Amino acid sequence: MRDLGSTDNAAAEVRLRLAAQADGDGADAPAIAHATARLLARVERKRLADVSYAPVDSPFGELLVASSRRGVLRLAFPEESVDSVLEGIARGFSPRIVEASAALDDVRRELDEYFEGRRREFEIALDWSLIGTFGRRVLRVTSEIPFGGVLSYAEVAAEAGSPRGFRAAGNALGSNPIPIVLPCHRVLRSGGALGGYGGGLPRKRWLLELEGALTPRGS
Amino acid sequence: MSGGPPPFQRFLEQQRETVWRFLAASVGPGDADDCFQETFISALRAYPRLRADSNLRAWVLTIAHRKALDVHRARARGALPVAEPETLAGGAEMAPEMRDRELWEAIEGLPARQRSAVLLRYVGDLPHRDIAAAIGCSEQAARRSLHEGLAKLRKAVIA
Repeated sequence: MRDLGSTDNAAAEVRLRLAAQADGDGADAPAIAHATARLLARVERKRLADVSYAPVDSPFGELLVASSRRGVLRLAFPEESVDSVLEGIARGFSPRIVEASAALDDVRRELDEYFEGRRREFEIALDWSLIGTFGRRVLRVTSEIPFGGVLSYAEVAAEAGSPRGFRAAGNALGSNPIPIVLPCHRVLRSGGALGGYGGGLPRKRWLLELEGALTPRGS
Repeated sequence: MSGGPPPFQRFLEQQRETVWRFLAASVGPGDADDCFQETFISALRAYPRLRADSNLRAWVLTIAHRKALDVHRARARGALPVAEPETLAGGAEMAPEMRDRELWEAIEGLPARQRSAVLLRYVGDLPHRDIAAAIGCSEQAARRSLHEGLAKLRKAVIA
């Protein structure tokens, strides 16, 4: 057992002992966790990452919110996979993305207040980097619809400078990367029908009822 | 698929264990934490320049190897004492690396290039080509360093 002649056997022995000491029982997991926490705290303190993200509780379940140094970049509903949301940000903005909860305290507080009916307007800064040129025009108009108000797709398209582009406006609203905060739920069909919503129509109805733009069903 | 690396958080989660084990074996558990910070901060700074098809493990281990080299150079100048493992978070519990003190001391005693070659191969699981790229030598020289390092370790810990 001990008289290993070749370096192959020596390699096997050294490898075994390296493996045994390194991860025999995951005993270095606490040290790795400690080093990671220290690293992320330093990255956050020195603002070395381009994007911070964290889960935020809501009546819809856990939302994912991501912010750049400029402001909120992305808000995702619970059924969107975290990986695909982060990959979208990596491709469309920057891959320097870390999980950092404290950076999102302001967003979390404003969303809490909004969902509890104590806030009518968001004051947090937004980062429009993930929104294309036409999308910006459409969502700029949308961002000016007040709490409790609604516009039709045609009205939004007209105000965005494309009176006949209401279908394109619908698409731009559907790919809104910052729903709720950029209130695309306030845009309805001309006859008052709900139209569509990226987060699902029950949520659109719920938000409009919260804002008093729709009367709750059955009351 | 367009051209960039995955989100940094995912990269960190995927590579941190290998990087930690490499550093703990190379500089010892006492200095591994600081080296780990330096490695991933350097990686974060350079990160957007990476391509999607970059070998992320080889890349981050190359950085870790350089950070470890800095520690060994500082120690050789007497500028940096070998950190005591007892100062690690977790306190009384002896860091797992130290259970095989004999092996660790033998690794510590290797010339820098041999030490990195052995650890990049058996902790980092890198092929010879990537080891050569990481330590900045030919593949032939990397094989030789690995071979010589292993022979010394074998003498020290198995004899």
